[in-house]
Amino acid sequence: MPAVSKGDGMRGLAVFISDIRNCKSKEAEIKRINKELANIRSKFKGDKALDGYSKKKYVCKLLFIFLLGHDIDFGHMEAVNLLSSNRYTEKQIGYLFISVLVNSNSELIRLINNAIKNDLASRNPTFMGLALHCIANVGSREMAEAFAGEIPKILVAGDTMDSVKQSAALCLLRLYRTSPDLVPMGDWTSRVVHLLNDQHLGVVTAATSLITTLAQKNPEEFKTSVSLAVSRLSRIVTSASTDLQDYTYYFVPAPWLSVKLLRLLQCYPPPDPAVRGRLTECLETVLNKAQEPPKSKKVQHSNAKNAVLFEAISLIIHHDSEPNLLVRACNQLGQFLQHRETNLRYLALESMCTLASSEFSHEAVKTHIETVINALKTERDVSVRQRAVDLLYAMCDRSNAQQIVAEMLSYLETADYSIREEIVLKVAILAEKYAVDYTWYVDTILNLIRIAGDYVSEEVWYRVIQIVINRDDVQGYAAKTVFEALQAPACHENLVKVGGYILGEFGNLIAGDPRSSPLIQFNLLHSKFHLCSVPTRALLLSTYIKFVNLFPEVKATIQDVLRSDSQLRNADVELQQRAVEYLRLSTVASTDILATVLEEMPPFPERESSILAKLKKKKGPNTVTDLEEAKRERSADVNGGPEPAPASAAGLHTGRLRACAGRSWTRLSAHSPPFGRGTLAWEASVLSGLLCGRSVFRTFFPVQSTPSPSADLLGLGATPPAPAGPPPSSGGLLVDVFSDSPSAVAPLAPGSEDNFARFVCKNNGVLFENQLLQIGLKSEFRQNLGRMFIFYGNKTSTQFLSFTPTLICSDDLQTNLSLQTKPVDPTVDGGAQVQQVVNIECVSDFTEAPVLNIQFRYGGTFQNVSVKLPITLNKFFQPTEMASQDFFQRWKQLSSPQQEVQNIFKAKHPMDTEITKAKIIGFGSALLEDVDPNPANFVGAGIIHTRTTQIGCLLRLEPNLQAQMYRLTLRTSKEAVSRRLCALLSEQF
Amino acid sequence: GRAQPRPRPAAAMQFMLLFSRQGKLRLQKWYVPLSDKEKKKITRELVQTVLARKPKMCSFLEWRDLKIVYKRYASLYFCCAIEDQDNELITLEIIHRYVELLDKYFGSVCELDIIFNFEKAYFILDEFLLGGEVQETSKKNVLKAIEQADLLQEEAETPRSVLEEIGLT
Repeated sequence: MPAVSKGDGMRGLAVFISDIRNCKSKEAEIKRINKELANIRSKFKGDKALDGYSKKKYVCKLLFIFLLGHDIDFGHMEAVNLLSSNRYTEKQIGYLFISVLVNSNSELIRLINNAIKNDLASRNPTFMGLALHCIANVGSREMAEAFAGEIPKILVAGDTMDSVKQSAALCLLRLYRTSPDLVPMGDWTSRVVHLLNDQHLGVVTAATSLITTLAQKNPEEFKTSVSLAVSRLSRIVTSASTDLQDYTYYFVPAPWLSVKLLRLLQCYPPPDPAVRGRLTECLETVLNKAQEPPKSKKVQHSNAKNAVLFEAISLIIHHDSEPNLLVRACNQLGQFLQHRETNLRYLALESMCTLASSEFSHEAVKTHIETVINALKTERDVSVRQRAVDLLYAMCDRSNAQQIVAEMLSYLETADYSIREEIVLKVAILAEKYAVDYTWYVDTILNLIRIAGDYVSEEVWYRVIQIVINRDDVQGYAAKTVFEALQAPACHENLVKVGGYILGEFGNLIAGDPRSSPLIQFNLLHSKFHLCSVPTRALLLSTYIKFVNLFPEVKATIQDVLRSDSQLRNADVELQQRAVEYLRLSTVASTDILATVLEEMPPFPERESSILAKLKKKKGPNTVTDLEEAKRERSADVNGGPEPAPASAAGLHTGRLRACAGRSWTRLSAHSPPFGRGTLAWEASVLSGLLCGRSVFRTFFPVQSTPSPSADLLGLGATPPAPAGPPPSSGGLLVDVFSDSPSAVAPLAPGSEDNFARFVCKNNGVLFENQLLQIGLKSEFRQNLGRMFIFYGNKTSTQFLSFTPTLICSDDLQTNLSLQTKPVDPTVDGGAQVQQVVNIECVSDFTEAPVLNIQFRYGGTFQNVSVKLPITLNKFFQPTEMASQDFFQRWKQLSSPQQEVQNIFKAKHPMDTEITKAKIIGFGSALLEDVDPNPANFVGAGIIHTRTTQIGCLLRLEPNLQAQMYRLTLRTSKEAVSRRLCALLSEQF
Repeated sequence: GRAQPRPRPAAAMQFMLLFSRQGKLRLQKWYVPLSDKEKKKITRELVQTVLARKPKMCSFLEWRDLKIVYKRYASLYFCCAIEDQDNELITLEIIHRYVELLDKYFGSVCELDIIFNFEKAYFILDEFLLGGEVQETSKKNVLKAIEQADLLQEEAETPRSVLEEIGLT
């Protein structure tokens, strides 16, 4: 046992730890621990009151046991008791225990918070420090509730000790991260900014972290920090290495603070010219120092110096406005690419990736291509090779795509398994993006499948099919190439899939050559059939039926195959079903029908490449940006026009499918498991993203059967937004392009009211659309609660930045309607969709609607859009069925003048009975049939649920066809409710 | 026009782990809320990943959506998880400064010091890093705070019997 060196030797604890260390087996350890737990438990329960020291010792033992990985279910109370001890170390152990083993036990939380409160009020800096550390370590919402108001006061109070200020700053930061809504902004913020000028560098360091985080969310409030941070930084980087005394680390002045200040500046765009000049000087000084001979040989010196350098380069890249600095940064990183320190090579590769996306430095980065390729071949550490792959991907453009793709393909042959899939994705994307000659693209993808077939995900082979189908200039070549590739005795199953699909579509283009006649094609595919998995076989069966249409001369051969027992009686129900149905189809259908049903696939509407989406998902969206996209050149020339027409499951092939799904297919499937659910059901199932209909087309249309992660749940992008969306032509006008102040809320977009009214009787659809942005809604309500999913779709190919949707409720509305939501990611990638969930509670009846304000930056301009969010009182309706007698009895009960509201109005839409019924049901009330003596009238009943009450509502709508008028009567127990419901419903007819 | 630069989110250290070459966890500090189960899973995975790496490999690796920065000192691995935008090199020096603090406090620190005085290791860490951010980089100031606490302790402590000390009463 080592000598316990300092402070409080708890010898009992040391003995116990020794015992544990001496245990020869896990069992012995557990036995020893159980013995100790029993001992401690009896001490805690014993009659003899324990003194502080013993309590501390036992609590410390429990903590040790817990940290060994064992569960601890008692001792919390004793730890809490220690918090109120006057002895520092007892208190300290108590706090440590609480910090490590937080328990959400509400009773304890109250006691803990009480003890913390006392310590914060004690004015004893050591005790205050302990309490603040505990809050920062636990950081729970309960603690934020209790202390988020108090800590800013401690932080800015004139008489607070420096060390306490430091703890208070970081404590507040932690609470802000957990519960930003509970940290009130206020007068204190400007005083916090001035801590950047504090004498004490420790205070400045802690405050900078806090300010950086706060500034991200409240840039306006903290913008004065920019010039203060630049001054501070300037003083640090120009100071002599001894000026800052203990804040100099291995001859580098205040490296941690420097990094933090540089990080803070990355929250803002380049500052005004005056400040900017000083900042540029600082950055130049940092770059110059990198070239100076080292002041020490210690790695700590070089690390600290380079930490500042890399952060400075990050800032230079972030500003992306000083070509001179960008090129210098690139040259500096170029030196590091060949440095003997692996760490620096790694970081240089990583940092260059971001430089590659700046138009100023893209070319400079490209000059290092040979070094990077060499790194790919020679680096011994896979994490470094990974960075090299990333950088090659980032520096790729039309000029070097062939070389880079070739290098990546050759690296793939020996690449580490852990990064193969990612390389495959990257190669597939680059090959598509920079393909001028599509034969090169087809060759590349087939090579990918050959070299790394197992790592070629569905997205990749779906994509090659999508592209081949969309480009008729490459179809013949693709057919010929897959045919040749399939000649290999052992080819990857993915190749069979691609081959089967492409020959099924375009086999006719090579059938003229006797070496690839229809029968030879068929035999070649069928020779692979038995080696393949069920999904591939299912796909091949579909190829065969396509062949029946393409090549009547092999029809009999194929029918024989379909008729064989191994197909017709296949144990797999999918295969059996296909065989039965295809055989039947080939027998009964006329040539015309065959030709229609089995016609060549129509082009796929273009949207974001599903591969790119996959890579983004794998790597996080930030890593996949590139220069080309920034320049908005995005593969417009590859597929389809420059406008990325949205498309998803529902939009594809409906025309063709509807014809057969409705008629012949359903009949055909009479003697097989059900498939094809009829047009409506089919569409509905696709719309909801659930492809559960057992359609044979499922596997033949691979691209639609796996919606990419970004595919819209609602099919918003797909269905023509006719009933919901405003005319797209008015799009540009809806955006307030003049205002450039992020704080001002735009006036409601024109058409917002109309759109709002459309949502009164429905919950899903497109709320707003212009040329840039589409907002879709999907909501559900139950009793007084609701949840709304807001989908923001970026219709452009450029990122939206600082994307900030805000829900605005008037004070009045706020008390009656509670809305809760979380902020969304401030960046929305081109073509991407982000979702925001709003939890809704109706507290009491309300009249107004919340406003949804969306602000973002697009291509350098500020965009500001406001729309009314359709959360209306009727959403909290629960329909009530009742008989005629009951209805009229209640109707009479609600006959006082305040309870009834009536409106007579002209019909705005054709007076169609069915539509009217649907609207009343959509409104939320029950539609009561056979209640009104006049069958032309409509009668409804329901209950509005709020948190506080339930309000029964009856309604009656009397149409007058001749006059094209309606009379609507609402009776409820509350006048305001009657009036609101009447107003809402009147707008619907 | 070109896109405006987007603010780079500030990020903090997510957690710090100290473990031995045998894979025994010696200190764990979590700066993000996670369940015990998740913590154990992360620890297991990371210890395995880091121990499998050869010497001279670089000190950084991507792991899940985090970056791991680690360094070995004698028999102990110090391992920090930071976010994507964080500065790897400065994190490496956070580790080094912490080692220096331990070293100065214990006087040539070894793994056993950290085992037997684990609570001190936590206290020193809290003075240095709070909520995943550097609180005080001055070695002098951190140690002053800890030593003051030790002084408070010695004044308050009363001697106790040997039997009591070894937990036999």
